[in-house]
Amino acid sequence: MWVRNAVFIGALIGAGLAIRASLFPLSTESRRVKFDPTPVQADEFQAVVRQVNAAFQADWGARGIEPAPKATDLAIARRLSLALAGTVPSLEEIRQFEAQPPESRLDGWANHLLHDRRHADYFAERLARAYVGTEDGPLIAYRKRRYLAWLAEEFRKNTSYAEIVRQMIATQGLNTDRPAVNFIAATYDDDRKAPDPEKLAIRVSRAFLGLRIDCAQCHDHFLEPAWKQTHFQSLAAFFGQTKHTITNIADGDGEYRFEDRVAGGTHEIAPAVPFLPNLLPAEGTRRERLAAWVTDPRNVHFNRATVNRVWAMMFGRPLLKQIEAQTLDETIPPALDILAADFAKNGHDLRRLMLLIASTDVFRLDSAAPFEITDAHEDSLAVFPLTRLRPEQVIGNVIQAASVTTIDQQSHVFTRLRRYFNERDFVKRYGDADDDSFAKSTSTIPQRLLVMNGDLVDGKAREELLNASSQIAMFAANDAAAVETAYLAALTRRPTPVERDHFAARLAGAGGDARKRHLADLYWVLFNSTEISWNH
Amino acid sequence: MPRFDRRGFLAAAGVSWLTPLGTALARAAEASRAPAKSLVVLWLGGGPSQLETFDPKPGTNIAAGTKAIPTAAKGVQLAAGLERVADQMRHVSLVRSLWSKEGDHERGTYALKTGYRPDPTVTHPSLGAIICHDLPGAGVEIPRHVSILPNEWPARGGTLGPEFDAFKMFDPAEKVPDTTPQVPGDRFESRFEDLKIVDGAFAAGRGKRVAATGHTDAMARARRMMTSDQLKAFDVSTEPEAVKRAYGNTAFGRGCLAARRLLDVGVRCVEVTLAGWDSHANNHEITTRLKSELDPAFAALLNDLHERGTLKDTVVLCVGEFGRTPQMNPLGGRDHWPHNFTAAIAGGGLRGGLAIGESDPEGGKDPADKQPVANLHATVLRALGINHEKTLRGPLGRTFARSEGTPIAALS
Repeated sequence: MWVRNAVFIGALIGAGLAIRASLFPLSTESRRVKFDPTPVQADEFQAVVRQVNAAFQADWGARGIEPAPKATDLAIARRLSLALAGTVPSLEEIRQFEAQPPESRLDGWANHLLHDRRHADYFAERLARAYVGTEDGPLIAYRKRRYLAWLAEEFRKNTSYAEIVRQMIATQGLNTDRPAVNFIAATYDDDRKAPDPEKLAIRVSRAFLGLRIDCAQCHDHFLEPAWKQTHFQSLAAFFGQTKHTITNIADGDGEYRFEDRVAGGTHEIAPAVPFLPNLLPAEGTRRERLAAWVTDPRNVHFNRATVNRVWAMMFGRPLLKQIEAQTLDETIPPALDILAADFAKNGHDLRRLMLLIASTDVFRLDSAAPFEITDAHEDSLAVFPLTRLRPEQVIGNVIQAASVTTIDQQSHVFTRLRRYFNERDFVKRYGDADDDSFAKSTSTIPQRLLVMNGDLVDGKAREELLNASSQIAMFAANDAAAVETAYLAALTRRPTPVERDHFAARLAGAGGDARKRHLADLYWVLFNSTEISWNH
Repeated sequence: MPRFDRRGFLAAAGVSWLTPLGTALARAAEASRAPAKSLVVLWLGGGPSQLETFDPKPGTNIAAGTKAIPTAAKGVQLAAGLERVADQMRHVSLVRSLWSKEGDHERGTYALKTGYRPDPTVTHPSLGAIICHDLPGAGVEIPRHVSILPNEWPARGGTLGPEFDAFKMFDPAEKVPDTTPQVPGDRFESRFEDLKIVDGAFAAGRGKRVAATGHTDAMARARRMMTSDQLKAFDVSTEPEAVKRAYGNTAFGRGCLAARRLLDVGVRCVEVTLAGWDSHANNHEITTRLKSELDPAFAALLNDLHERGTLKDTVVLCVGEFGRTPQMNPLGGRDHWPHNFTAAIAGGGLRGGLAIGESDPEGGKDPADKQPVANLHATVLRALGINHEKTLRGPLGRTFARSEGTPIAALS
């Protein structure tokens, strides 16, 4: 009997030590974040960062605008984590971050995130919305999960973005064996028993070139005289020979005919690109030729569109007015051209691009300012934009904040599964934004009700043993430290003196369950704050 | 056999001059009639078979044995199993020549709920969202656009914004989700007090930017809803037993009853979903079971609204994302068929007892008097006094009409 008691007590002590180790700087080597700022320190890298900084300085100078001061390192670390991995830094990561030398820790943190599996998964999921939409698509003909897994793996390997796009446009094969073909398969049209060339022309021009020429699908464009219906349809013609048999995508022959929606009947049209015709190779299947044209380093639209989209994912808004422009004559901000040129010159290296953006001054500006923030400040990015987090980021934040350790690939499978189901349920209820339109949006009542009263969020705030709130209540050295730890876990910042004193006073003298209850209340408050559901 | 209709009769009787007079009188009556105020959509998710519901073809091959029953509307039959709706048919008209191009559930749902085909450049608002947007209501503390028992694709606000998305709720036998605090009242109050401290710290140096997030405002409105008396409209348990029985002891029946109660407190649009009509196999068993839920609920709702005198203020629309193939497949099922299906529409001052359009008895040809789905939207909007041609603005400045359809003339 005493053996069982001893084992039980031993297990309790072990669990207690494990929790304590998680709360405060830890010792396991495998869980240590690798802060490696070296890629950022290279001279040529810094030269590009300086160019971008100078471009923004010149713009602010010309407009007579004073930019906001630099944000705190923790605020920038949160931004990076949300942008690159879709979640907030864990307490465990914050402790390690703060132990690093201040001058290089942000560079090291950004580089770490870009090598984290969570980044590849998150980016694949986000970008896939632009590539294949959010629909589940036709059964059997289309394998969305396979496609997402493939995309994530390519991002993890940091495959050249041009190569990833080439594979999507040009690959032939089975949708399970060559998952890239699902880009084509997603448009499978049951009526024609083939992929839909028009849909593919829309996706290619939007997702990869940042252009909306699809208004010319049925008629010549009203706003942009340069876009004729023939431009659109001859782009679609590149997909006119693509066949889809059960699960196989292959190229055959035959000419593409499009339906005349205005006058009736159909017209045959040969493939042609709407601009830069000299970049179109003569050899290869139609899709291979199109892929080579889209991803040619000299195709500035591809480079700019990619930079603009990645910029939007990091800032919550694009550098151009829209993710997808309707015209070719939009003024291009100098910073976009600098980054686009660098992207093409460096083999379409996405990781380098994100690291560059993360290293610029403009990415590190505060979202608050000691002066009145005007529209001119907003327009010129002289303050960091406030943008609503996506549903999966909000719940990711809540789930991560409720755990003192990082929830990632190394977490127990049970923890990861629970995260997966929690996230799915929450996103379903909270409302999934359809695509990455980066439209301005505000909070809604069902969202607020869900966070205020929903089981899921409350379950994460509740005074239960596995939740951070209880663990902090049990292990924090004093009241102020407990408040500070909760703030760090949920909002990635320390409380202001007013906040600290207010909440420490609530905890004062409370022990046991009462203390856990107060900590649970504090967690609820943080989960329901404006700050937690906005990127800032 | 020559058909004898009203026009023919009047002409034969030598009183055809009465027709223009009648038209003028009808127009005058229409002009003076107040527009409807609200909409209930009974959403038959999965795509119901028109042949087993509102467009039976007794005795033909495509009927596959399904019987028809007479209804209160002369010459209009329904499929067996809808006996109670049949009794209410003087209020209901059937659009039997409805036509869409979308044969996929998600795309078809979009087409029927918005009146537009899915378009990657813009998310069109659903009918309910447009109505809530155009007809604001004062003093309503609960969401004015509600979806009861929603499937994956409840009605959305689209370009009008997520605030016009339908508020999702489930079986009214249960509490409205997320409206009850998890902690006692005083503790809940104290949490709200504390929230001011955290939000105050975040607002420092951000001023108007934080106000523009609408967060605090949404919190306040959510709280108002939690304590609102109007929330009791969701709770059907207080209704008399006879009423509950009339609607049927099912989630859908309770949903329809809750819909009526919600309209009473000022809610504009309620969508109640009865899902499961996707009968690729065993079509007859599936539709028989679902009709046993639809029939009492739909009929009780019409009767209830009529008796309370509010049917003229409420459009009731019953439809799914598409119909089903006239030919049975080898599994005894019917597959997706957007080329010709039926919607039932009642109330809101629209004419009842009509069957508009006629489907092909063989099932192969296009229907007579083909009605694109958008016509349904134009009809409903007009009944609510909304100019369906008035445009809305998409995200890129492109404008589009509230509905690109034409109101179905015979219904008004």
